Amino acid sequence: MGVGLSHSLCRLGKIAGCIHRGKLSMNTVLKSGTAMVLALTLAGQTSAQTMLTELGEGEGQVNIVAWPGYLERGETDKSFDWITDFEEKTGCKVAIKNANTSDEMVALMNEGGFDLVTASGDASLRMVAGKRVQPINIDLIPSWSTVDERLKEAPWHFVDGTHYGVPYMWGPNVLMYSTEVFDEAPTSWDVVFKPMDLPDGQPNEGRVQAYDGPIHIADAANYLMHNQPDLGITSPYELNEDQYAAALDLLRGQRKLVGRYWHDAFIQIDDFKNEGMAASGTWPFQVNLLKGGGAPVASTIPVEGATGWADSTMMHSEAENPNCSYMWMEHSLASNLQSDLSVWFGANPAVPTACTDGRGMQTAEGCTTNGMDDFERVKFWTTPVSTCESQGTCVPYYRWVSDYIGVIGGR
Amino acid sequence: MSSSVDTQARGFLTSLSDTLWRKPGLLVFLLILPPALWLGIIYLGSLFALLAQSFFSIDEFTGIIQYELTFKTYAELFRPSNFDIIIRTVVMSAAVTIAAAIIGFPVAYYAARYARGKWKALFYLGVMMPLWSSYLVKVYSWKLILAKEGILNWLFETLHLGWLLNAYLSIPIIGGNSLSVSATGTFLVFLYVWLPFMILPVQAALERVPQSMLEASGDLGAHPAQTFRHVLLPLALPGVIAGSIFTFSLTLGDYIIPQIVGSSRRFIGQAVYAYQGTAGNIPLAAAFAVVPILLMAVYLWIAKRQGAFDAL
Repeated sequence: MGVGLSHSLCRLGKIAGCIHRGKLSMNTVLKSGTAMVLALTLAGQTSAQTMLTELGEGEGQVNIVAWPGYLERGETDKSFDWITDFEEKTGCKVAIKNANTSDEMVALMNEGGFDLVTASGDASLRMVAGKRVQPINIDLIPSWSTVDERLKEAPWHFVDGTHYGVPYMWGPNVLMYSTEVFDEAPTSWDVVFKPMDLPDGQPNEGRVQAYDGPIHIADAANYLMHNQPDLGITSPYELNEDQYAAALDLLRGQRKLVGRYWHDAFIQIDDFKNEGMAASGTWPFQVNLLKGGGAPVASTIPVEGATGWADSTMMHSEAENPNCSYMWMEHSLASNLQSDLSVWFGANPAVPTACTDGRGMQTAEGCTTNGMDDFERVKFWTTPVSTCESQGTCVPYYRWVSDYIGVIGGR
Repeated sequence: MSSSVDTQARGFLTSLSDTLWRKPGLLVFLLILPPALWLGIIYLGSLFALLAQSFFSIDEFTGIIQYELTFKTYAELFRPSNFDIIIRTVVMSAAVTIAAAIIGFPVAYYAARYARGKWKALFYLGVMMPLWSSYLVKVYSWKLILAKEGILNWLFETLHLGWLLNAYLSIPIIGGNSLSVSATGTFLVFLYVWLPFMILPVQAALERVPQSMLEASGDLGAHPAQTFRHVLLPLALPGVIAGSIFTFSLTLGDYIIPQIVGSSRRFIGQAVYAYQGTAGNIPLAAAFAVVPILLMAVYLWIAKRQGAFDAL
């Protein structure tokens, strides 16, 4: 259970925006120790972009930076173990370093000493750009062919025709609703954005929640993208001033409906149990736990689609244990990991057959609950930057942060 | 040979001892050096490194931090959304401090004047025990107590006073959908968590007020209220001020309670966390961090002017 808590805390930082921090620290007067180390390593390393072409003996060790809960060896819960097997089979001892935010992940990888990292969309591109990760030779990963076609060349790890990562897990941010309030699944996100009476005749004011992170602005933009096409939004992460202002207006209206913004998965679970909540955007994780506890909730992805997250395993440009690393990447696709982790985390496996082939506990039904069939409708989290592809200049992430604080404060 | 080494060694220690004896200043210097270095470099140094960041700014367009001295970041503190945060935090801290003093004083008075023997032990246990359990556990349990389907709401319903609670919760600003999503809830939890920090200093101060003074006041014809106003309170004031420094500053800096209980409206600590941790806007986070320091400086200055430290 603690896993989910820490992970939910990390999600908030996961979309962290200080893209330029690493680069900049070099010309600052007040260098922190880490920044200094970083600058030195960056300066001392010319590109080590050589791709492994042949797999050798395992080195006996592999060091992985991961989100909390991503690497389980049966210590949190006996039935969730996808490491022991690997260690016995390959002789590679897995050393886990948990990181709570994307920034932390990037910092750890910059310091070095690690072989692999389970990076999310925003962190992954930063590391590719900073040459912290090396190209992956997919020929050395026999199970590559089993990877979801939709993920094989996803833009968050496939850059300029080169593979930099092996897909690990992904998940949508679904709309959770109380089945006591809704007879059938709500079809639109407007139940959490617009004031209205819910099917049980009571107003939705005070009975809906929203995510307490600036990335929630993207959910508003996603809603507008569908419902106000004249704004011309093409990506909820790339907003010009007008589109951004419209999204903030929508959120200001939402503030009047929301009693408390959810920040921690377990607090939200508690709110659905004890505060009479009717609907909220959430992760499948909470839906699974609530359902498991017998609470009358269900989830759906409404007509507008949803935002989501996708992580991939990436390899350090100077990984000391490349052979064990490749063995792990193969293991991450071939073993019970994909199946059991998707149950454990309420996420979707990068290998679709893991839903059905009985290698772990996941079932086709479970995958459907987690959003497996809705890939096309998910807009995956990326960090909003000022120079964006779709329209030249966009509102950067740090303004999302300050403005969202204002919105929650009632401004 | 060995005896000459001994003499040499002894000679060094002897001369060292002589030097230190002759120059007591040197001894004091050497003794003070380690803590001074600790305080100066590790404690204050890191603080100043943070504060210096507040004089930088972030480029509006690119989001890149510019390392040029400027007051622009401080000006941003006065933007309505940021200024709201400061006002909200200060009002909450003041309310918590005043309430803690009002509740804490009688408790401390009873403990200092009347509790004896095992009752005194029980008092200490009662005040201290909440401090032994994890802060998070306490806050989470308060969330459950205050929840819409929680025990407090149930109590009001059972007593047929649900309308009273609802009427209270319909008041804007302090109300909300339930106690646990209202500013009142945040206030109650703050009050509970920081109350021991008020009670203990007040109790220590009250124990030092001589009983004879109170008796003399009564003998000279003072009404108990007058005795309290003119004798007891001024003498116990240093304790109250000490306690208020704790409760005020702890509330100013806390960022966990308002995240778990309350209406999600930000407090200073949360703003620092968000700007520093997820936005990469370290200058603004640093500027926010300066606010509590300034507020406390002003607070201590006023307290000193009021003579609160005269008795210390």
